[in-house]
Amino acid sequence: MMEDKLSRVAQGIPPSGIRKFFDIVTEMKDAISLGVGEPDFDTPWHIREEGIYSLEKGKTYYTSNSGLIELREEVCNYLDRRFDLKYNYKEEILITVGGSEGIDVALRALLNPGDEVLVPEPSFVCYKPMTTLAGGVPVPVPLQAKNEFRLTAEEIEAHVTDKTKAIILAFPSNPTGAIMDKGNLEAIAEVIRKHDLVVISDEIYAELTYGVKHVSIASLPGMRERTIIISGFSKAYAMTGWRIGYAVGPKAVIDLMTKIHQFAIMSVPTTSQYAALEAARNGDKDIQEMCGAYNQRRRFMVDSFRKMGLDCFEPLGAFYVFPSIQKTRMTSEEFATKLLFEQKVAVVPGTAFGECGEGFIRCSYAYSIENLKIAVERMGAFVKKHTP
Amino acid sequence: MREQILKAIELNGKRTVEDLALMLGNPESEIAAEISEMEKERIICGYHTLINWDKTGVEKVTALIEVKVTPQRGQGFDKIAERIYNFKEVKAVYLMSGGFDLTVIIEGATMKEVALFVAQKLAPLESVLSTATHFVLKKYKDFGVVLDEPVKDERMAVTP
Ligand SMILES: Cc1ncc(COP(=O)(O)O)c(C=O)c1O
Repeated sequence: MMEDKLSRVAQGIPPSGIRKFFDIVTEMKDAISLGVGEPDFDTPWHIREEGIYSLEKGKTYYTSNSGLIELREEVCNYLDRRFDLKYNYKEEILITVGGSEGIDVALRALLNPGDEVLVPEPSFVCYKPMTTLAGGVPVPVPLQAKNEFRLTAEEIEAHVTDKTKAIILAFPSNPTGAIMDKGNLEAIAEVIRKHDLVVISDEIYAELTYGVKHVSIASLPGMRERTIIISGFSKAYAMTGWRIGYAVGPKAVIDLMTKIHQFAIMSVPTTSQYAALEAARNGDKDIQEMCGAYNQRRRFMVDSFRKMGLDCFEPLGAFYVFPSIQKTRMTSEEFATKLLFEQKVAVVPGTAFGECGEGFIRCSYAYSIENLKIAVERMGAFVKKHTP
Repeated sequence: MREQILKAIELNGKRTVEDLALMLGNPESEIAAEISEMEKERIICGYHTLINWDKTGVEKVTALIEVKVTPQRGQGFDKIAERIYNFKEVKAVYLMSGGFDLTVIIEGATMKEVALFVAQKLAPLESVLSTATHFVLKKYKDFGVVLDEPVKDERMAVTP
């Protein structure tokens, strides 16, 4: 009876490509996984301890819809300190249930039926479904390996129509590890202004860059007023399970996002907000330490893939490597499935992040070097066996 | 580069030069040279193994002893510290600020053995004024490592 009562829009959304894979891997007991999209570190203890303390003090009530005022202020201080971004904590920030909620309410606050949203791919999995659910039309923009998966002005031009409302920018990138430096951003900012687009800039990996400092597109001239920055605590502070993030942007859009958030969510879990306050206030050193560890693993992985003979550009952000497996003449999905069954190593097929991810696999290096070594050894044997 | 090498091996003395070269992005030859130089300079003083003896059948007790001494003219505390640290039972000696002068960490097979050492070797030393012995009942964390913590990855195997 329920089957024919369901939303056709929701039903029409294809299932996540990751889900399918997840079920097989979970069945397999001794598989080594490089499939995880979250840090391997526990949340630093001083942050957890503040969460515990807030519970002891009985901080168990709703907070203001936008989030604790101290937290909003501290996040704005943090953004200024680290990225030279200036936002007013009283009206230009919303604390959200992870970057995930930020993306959802930003799209819902922006889109009218039929509005098109450019989604550069391969990308994190939620942008297209959330656009559809908000009544918009996602338009994939395939990125190219030869550009190290950076977005170019020409690629935007080729997909803009008079219905295009917004573009999602997600650098450092999950799954490719690509970044956009200031020069790259300046090049696209010009077309974005020319076509009067809004930017939803998902900067959740901003803290995890290697050898270069992250630049936000909002810091370029004429961009702040048309940009919503989405970020959060999940990746930088190893706080995925706390489900807390934030969005900053011009007052008009933050107001509307806050209205949606107020009806849909009320407020973000209070315990998480107190923990996040400690993170934003005293967590810079933790970030630096974790980032240093990722960097060592990153070098190790890139070198290992190149030794295997797989093409692999040097990723400068996030914690993923995105090597090409084209020389094995397998599809990404075949490769990932066979690798799992023959060598018990789980990686994610590039196609889980958009069709243009075909020919690539995503390998996370949010694992100890010891773990990575075993995985890479097994992958080496696999690639050798399957390279014609 | 030295600091990076040291940080990378501080909690894992088994890392190979090859791995370090990959992790730090420097050639193997440079890393190997730095390490042997640091060994010579006694910056790197050894590559020990952290053992949780409680989990073996081997009997071991550890005691922390607060020692008050009279410093000697011209030599301060160094001479008396040397007299103490040369005993092979002594695992560590630190000069302290505060209510006493030296912390001496002693390991022995039994409490009696440790007590005898203090009574017969340590306390009678000429410059030792007094000792207070505290036995370790349980080690929770040593050298930055929680001893009984199981290594377990609780993350789901594949996530976006
Ligand atoms: C690019 C990107 N954006 C957003 C998120 C969502 O993060 P959260 O909702 O935990 O803040 C993720 C998580 O994997 C991500 O990779």
